[in-house]
Amino acid sequence: MEFKDYYATLGVPRNATQDDIKRAYRKLARKYHPDLNKQADAEAQFKNVGEAYKVLGDPEKRAAYDDVGQRYRSGQEFSPPPGWDGGGFEFSGRDLGAEDADLSEFFRALFGRGAAATHMHRGMPSAGADHHARISIDLEDAYRGARRTITLRVPVVDAQGQLQVQERQLEVNIPKGVRAGQHLRLAGQGAAESGVAGDLYLEIAFREHPHFRIDGRDVYVDLPLAPWEAALGATVSVPVPDGTVQLSVPPGSPSGRKLRLKGKGIPGTPAGDFYAVLLVTAPAAKDEAQKSAYAALAQSFAGFHPRTAWEK
Amino acid sequence: MAETRPVAAEATIVDDQMLFTLVELCRACNATSAQLTVLVEEGVLEPIGSAPEDWRFPGPSLSRARTALRLAQDLDLGGPGIALVLDLLDEIESLRARMRRAGLT
Repeated sequence: MEFKDYYATLGVPRNATQDDIKRAYRKLARKYHPDLNKQADAEAQFKNVGEAYKVLGDPEKRAAYDDVGQRYRSGQEFSPPPGWDGGGFEFSGRDLGAEDADLSEFFRALFGRGAAATHMHRGMPSAGADHHARISIDLEDAYRGARRTITLRVPVVDAQGQLQVQERQLEVNIPKGVRAGQHLRLAGQGAAESGVAGDLYLEIAFREHPHFRIDGRDVYVDLPLAPWEAALGATVSVPVPDGTVQLSVPPGSPSGRKLRLKGKGIPGTPAGDFYAVLLVTAPAAKDEAQKSAYAALAQSFAGFHPRTAWEK
Repeated sequence: MAETRPVAAEATIVDDQMLFTLVELCRACNATSAQLTVLVEEGVLEPIGSAPEDWRFPGPSLSRARTALRLAQDLDLGGPGIALVLDLLDEIESLRARMRRAGLT
């Protein structure tokens, strides 16, 4: 495994004070917090920063890390010194909870055993706890419902007091009509401790779709039209998440006009609506015939001024 | 690790039809009643009913409470700070939705 330079992660020098470290962490935590930053890598960055602060923000762990860190540079191959068990330090600080299952291998090698043991002493919750996970589904799944096998990684403290990650598979019926940001409740599928099972909650996100845009329960698609289709009217095939519909575009439709298909959005009570947003697309004139067709158009529309809004 | 077969599980959508009591919501968010009471006092959560034992939280309160608790813990925010951040997040989301409708994202 690679040695992690936690000082570089937080952007502070090795002799930074605890206050400097806290300030640097706070600033980065605000920057990368996944609730505030919607970029794809924000969550991973936030976890790195959090892990660095878990070590450097705690003077005992920082001292142990510094002791090892004197001999390593970032990215260098790292193996814990023989007999290492948190360097004989007694960690009295925070414990490792379920949310810490994604700490790096490096962190575990340094602090895993001691920290997990602390957790054991503090005692596990006595009743079954409710658990949370996130899943991404396709928009089509929300229209039709779907059956998905999901793999959950569950942190478990083993007989040696080590925090282990176990995998558990569930076959989930995703109900029709579910929307992004909603939760699904799977009764009795949370942590089973002392014979009482908690519930499992799955938070739903939609995968990015190449054509459709989603706004709550409404779904949008851009509908490109040739100028003559927009001017004369046309019947066009439009993809919807559960198939295709024939849509009649009325004559004289301007670009940007929204045609609504009521109830064709995400199903439910009430169902969402589906909108086709008209996008009039003029082709480039490439040969003489096409150029003269445009010229004829210009002649026929001699009274048309596209920039009337600018004229006084 | 032993090979395990997937377990079939029925899922229910946590929507407006589903109501949580304070105790149930505490359990679903791994939060204390004191933490959630602060969120009610700040207007972050708006349960039906007046006394805490009568409170019924509509399903979407779950997402909101979890976001609030994450922010509180990760950024060390107090009640008014959480309420402000959530209001601003709502506003950002409605602006993003306008952009999505217009096809700008």
